[in-house]
Order: sequence, then structure tokens, then C-alpha cells
Amino acid sequence: MKIAMLEGLAPTSILLDEKELNSAQETLATNQLPTTRMEAWKYTRVAKLGKTKYVLSEDDTVSSIDTYKISSSATTFVFVNGHFSEELSSDEIPEGVSISPLSACMEGEIDSTNLVLEGELFNALNTAFLTDGILIDVDAKTTLEQPIQILHILKGEASLSNFKTIIHAGDFSKAEIIQGFFAEDADKAFANVTSEIRIGQNAFLTINKVQYEAENTSHISTEQVDQGKDSTFTINTITLNGGLVRNNLNIAVIGENCTTNLNGAYLLKGKQHIDNHTVVDHKVPNCNSNELYKGVIDESATAVFNGKVFVRKDAQKINAFQSNGNVLMSDNASVNSKPELEIYADDVKCSHGSTTGQLDEEAVFYLRARGLSEKSARKLMVSAFIGDVLDKIENEDVLNFTHKLLKDRFAWDFE
Amino acid sequence: MITIKNLHATINGKEILKGLNLTVNAGEIHAIMGPNGAGKSTLASVLAGREDYEVTEGTVDFDGTDLLEMDTEDRAREGLFLAFQYPVEIPGVSNINFLRTAINEIREYKGKEAMSAKEFMAMVREKSALVELDPKLASRSVNEGFSGGEKKRNEIFQMAMLEPKLSILDETDSGLDIDALRIVANGVNTLKSDKNATIIITHYQRLLDHIIPDFVHVLYDGKIVKTGPKELALELEEKGYDWIKEEMAL
Ligand SMILES: Nc1ncnc2c1ncn2[C@@H]1O[C@H](COP(=O)(O)OP(=O)(O)OP(=O)(O)O)[C@@H](O)[C@H]1O
Ligand SMILES: [Mg+2]
Repeated sequence: MKIAMLEGLAPTSILLDEKELNSAQETLATNQLPTTRMEAWKYTRVAKLGKTKYVLSEDDTVSSIDTYKISSSATTFVFVNGHFSEELSSDEIPEGVSISPLSACMEGEIDSTNLVLEGELFNALNTAFLTDGILIDVDAKTTLEQPIQILHILKGEASLSNFKTIIHAGDFSKAEIIQGFFAEDADKAFANVTSEIRIGQNAFLTINKVQYEAENTSHISTEQVDQGKDSTFTINTITLNGGLVRNNLNIAVIGENCTTNLNGAYLLKGKQHIDNHTVVDHKVPNCNSNELYKGVIDESATAVFNGKVFVRKDAQKINAFQSNGNVLMSDNASVNSKPELEIYADDVKCSHGSTTGQLDEEAVFYLRARGLSEKSARKLMVSAFIGDVLDKIENEDVLNFTHKLLKDRFAWDFE
Repeated sequence: MITIKNLHATINGKEILKGLNLTVNAGEIHAIMGPNGAGKSTLASVLAGREDYEVTEGTVDFDGTDLLEMDTEDRAREGLFLAFQYPVEIPGVSNINFLRTAINEIREYKGKEAMSAKEFMAMVREKSALVELDPKLASRSVNEGFSGGEKKRNEIFQMAMLEPKLSILDETDSGLDIDALRIVANGVNTLKSDKNATIIITHYQRLLDHIIPDFVHVLYDGKIVKTGPKELALELEEKGYDWIKEEMAL
């Protein structure tokens, strides 16, 4: 079968593993775009992606990254339409970590065999037509004082960026990665992103991901995470703009005594559609996972949350907590929330919950009766609701940046 | 201060207020008593601007402005305060944060400058001391996890912070122990001046031992059916409301 959007696209020049490339080609040749008849895509329509004539844009620079810099102290790497921009990136790399754009990697250097390609069309598209990406290798026993910041900017009409991040957190290392996804004059552009993350023994890795593209852009990302024993992985996903956003988070907990924290906040308006699909796969005993996703959905926007927790046979003493809360701000807003637990072990503590509702009108009235305008009252309540998730973000820069975006986009000042 | 004339109000098509008249002047304290379901809280809600109620007839003049034409927040900004019978819990919204926003929005409405953080904190200290509200409670989420009595004290704390012209206390005394009752009464008495007024809705005489009302009204079946001096409260507590019903039937 041929997929129209692939026509005329040049295959990747990144030196990926030959077998991976073949398997990506195989998937592209034998699969169609997902439809809503498929369980995993039931509430997210991607048909329009297939109809757009994308270009692998060569436009690889923007005039300034001042408005995109989430942290001013971080080591920064900038990619425009997936292309590495050397001039906009930091020229010094801190000690204890090696960082390289994938385009600068030699044959055999890119170890990207974690990603599921079979049947996963977007992963296959990402692999076969990979624009560029970044390889971050944190040395064992290294604590990075400053975060590493990856800024990705979509630009131009119908640009397609196939972008990949590879992170290896060495044993006993500690690092924070900030990922910012933005758009600049990007009409109908599409960021198709994959991340392959391997966390070593007793390592701490935190990812703060801020998605702020445009109302008519699309973004599909898949994070494939393998957690080694005694490690702690935290990812905070803040989605504030983007027409169609699908985040797949696949965490395989393969070592004992791990902690996994997945937090997400999404605020939508207009016709935005945001779909967070998470999987935490507890394959071994004695681990904790905590998941908190909260959304505020306004106008005719739609949100999807699908959170799966597997506790495999023999994975005893697992504590898995999962919660998704949504506030609908308008009659046309909607949400599909599905927390799922699949437990095959017997000595586990798992809980999940999902709530969807309106703001408490009694509380809004109470605040107004004290002299607050209706807008301020709603703002306060929304900020309190979403605050549970934002409280999880330890990096002040990320938090301040998030507040700034909220103010810009929703005129909400949560100070 | 406030003149209510022939007020009729319905909820879900059911008439609750049926031609209520009441005038309160600056410097006065009025008590409203009446059996359960008579419409006391309804009156308070209608005055505060709760949208669930529909006013079908009547007028309310608040210091020269048509109260019923105003939004809830503007009524508050003009100096109307309602201490709720059932204060809501608002998780995640800090008491003092929201009060600061409220005070500054009220100031902006009146064309005044915002209050500085320092001034505000000094005021929080002063007013929380007045109602003996633990300053820790003042900075917690609005009413979240507060005991019944703490919620009521928090209402009076907010009243003290907002310095309203007309306060309506809807059963603020219910659920208060003797000490708390005295504290709340002390708060109200301290804030009393010849420029403001208070309407106290209550079932019990005991609050009125501490806050001496100028008038006691009986609200029955959506109307004020009897008005008397403070002694009327005692009589009501002793005899209940049946004798009023009989009086009315005459
Ligand atoms: N949503 C509603 N739909 C129909 N009737 C209502 C509604 N809300 C209140 N009522 C009715 O309005 C009447 C007046 O209620 P209100 O709360 O004003 O009484 P109250 O005098 O304050 O009583 P209490 O002393 O118990 O506080 C009651 O009969 C009540 O059942
Ligand atoms: Mg009542």
C-alpha cells in the first residue's frame, strides 16, 4: 500500500542501523495510517495528516530563540524543522556528558533499537525519513549541574520534521532534560518525534517537556523508556498549544526498586485535540509509579487520556497510582478518559481514578460574592486545579516559562 | 442603606419570596428569625445576586443604586457582604491570595490604588487577631478541612478584611461553641459603626445576647410578618412560631 504523504520524500541520510531502516520501510510498505477503528486511535483522527503534502523543509534557522528559551542557564541545542542549528546552540558541552547531533554520528554510533517499528507507522516514518536528532550520553556517576535543553522549532508551510532524541543516563548519574517544541510561521506543519531513553542503575533522569506549537500544527511523539534497577524517572509534559497532539509514553520498568513519575498538564481551546497515551509496564517487583494528568478544556477542544499500567506476573509489591482529572470549560469541550490497570500479580497496591466535570459553580459564586470578577474567579479555580501538576515541576525556570505561556495564550496570570 | 420593596423571587418556578419589605438604615443591626424553609437564605442569596433565583417583582435600593441590576461582584464591590450559611470549600485556592485579589479588584473598581503586600499582611494580622483565627488557617485553602466553627470564623475574618457597608450573616452562629460565639459577636461589634449595618439571620436568641439588635423581624412564608424590639427574639425562642401563625390568621 502507498501512503500519499510519503511521495517525493527523500530517505534519511542519518547513519541508522540497517536492520532498523529495513524494518521501517517494511512497516511503511504494509501499513496504512491508523484509523479510529483501531483501539489505540479510537478518539484521535489522523486522516488529515495523510492528505497533506508535506515537505522536508531545508529551512533550518530562525532569527532568534529568545522567546523559546525555557531555561537561560541550560546547555541548549536548537533544531529547526529537525535540522541542527549549530549557530543557535551552545558551543560548550559540560563535562561528564557527550552530546552530538545524530547527523554528526558515525556508522554504528547510533544505538536506536528500542523503538517498536512493527505496525507503528509514525515510528517507521520517523526512522525511514529521519531529519536529524540528538544523542545525549550522560557518563556514569555524573551529576549534571545544569539541565540540557533541546528546543525544536517548526517553521514554514507543511514542513515535516522527523526528529529523534536518544538519551542514555549512565549508572549513578543524575540529569535533567528540558524539551521545548515551538512553531514559527508554521502552517500545517508536522513534528513527528521519537525518543529512546535508557536509564542506568541508580540513575535519576527528569524530563520537562513543554509543547507550544500552533493551532494548525500536528505533533506526534513516542517516548520509549527502559528503566534499570534503582532508577528514578520523571517526565512532566506540559501541553499548551498544538492543533493535533499525540503523546505516547511507553515506560518499561525492567529493574527492581524503580520509581516512575509521569505528570501531565494540558490546557486547550479552539479546536485543539490532545491525546496522551501512557503505558507503564511493571515487569519486575518492588517498584512505584505515580501518574497525575490534569486538563482544562475550553471552547470546542477535545482531550484524550489513556493510561495503561501493567503489573506482570511475579511483579509483586508494586505501588501504582494513576489519576486523570479534567475540567470542561464549555459545552462544546469534550474528553475521553480511560485509565486501565492490568494486574497479573497478587501482592500489589494499585489505584486509578478519572474525573471529568465543570468548575464548581458554588465556589465561583462564593469568590464573586467577595468582589472577584467572574474571570478572576474562574482563573483562580483553574490555576488551583492545574496547580497540583505544576507543583511537581521542580525547575523554577520551567515553571515560570509555563506561567508566561499561560498568560500569553489564555491571558491567565497565575502568580 | 437598603430598601427592599415587595420582593418576589422564584427558584425553579417555585415562589419563595412573596412580597418582602425591609428597610435597614446605616448604624442599625437587624435580626431576621423564622422557621426552616421560610426563605431567609433565599433573601440573602437574592441580595447577593445568586443567578439560580429569578426576581419576578419588587425593587431593592442599595444606597441609591438599583441592587438587582448589578452583577454579584459589583454588589460586593459596592459594599454588600454575605456570610454564607454553608461556606464552600475551595481546594487549592488560598484564603489570603484570593482575598488580596478581591481587595485589589474592589480598589480598582473604586479607582483606588492597589494595596501593597506589606499593608495587606498587616491587615491580615490585625483582622485574624480580631476574630482569633489562627493565621495558619488564614493562608490555607479556602475552608478546606476547616471545622464548622472555623468556617464561620473565616467568614467573619473575610468580612473584617473587606469592611463592607452592609453585612448579612446567615446563621453564622450555628455550629459555634460559646467561646466562638463570643469571638464572632465581638468581631461584629468592633466593626460596627454609624456608617455600616448588619442583618443577622438566626434561630437563636443567644447570639443576640452578644449583638444587640435594633429590630427583630419574623420572616414567614416569604414575607416579613412581624417586626419588634429585641425582646421579640426571646418571645420567639420561648413560644416558637405558632402564635404568629395564629396572629396572622386573625
Ligand atoms: N433549588 C430549589 N428548588 C426548589 N425549592 C428550593 C430550592 N432551593 C430552595 N428551595 C426551597 O426554598 C425554601 C426556602 O429555603 P431557604 O433556604 O431560603 O430557607 P431558610 O429560611 O433559610 O431555612 P433554614 O432556616 O432551614 O436555613 C425551602 O422550602 C426550600 O426547600
Ligand atoms: Mg437558611
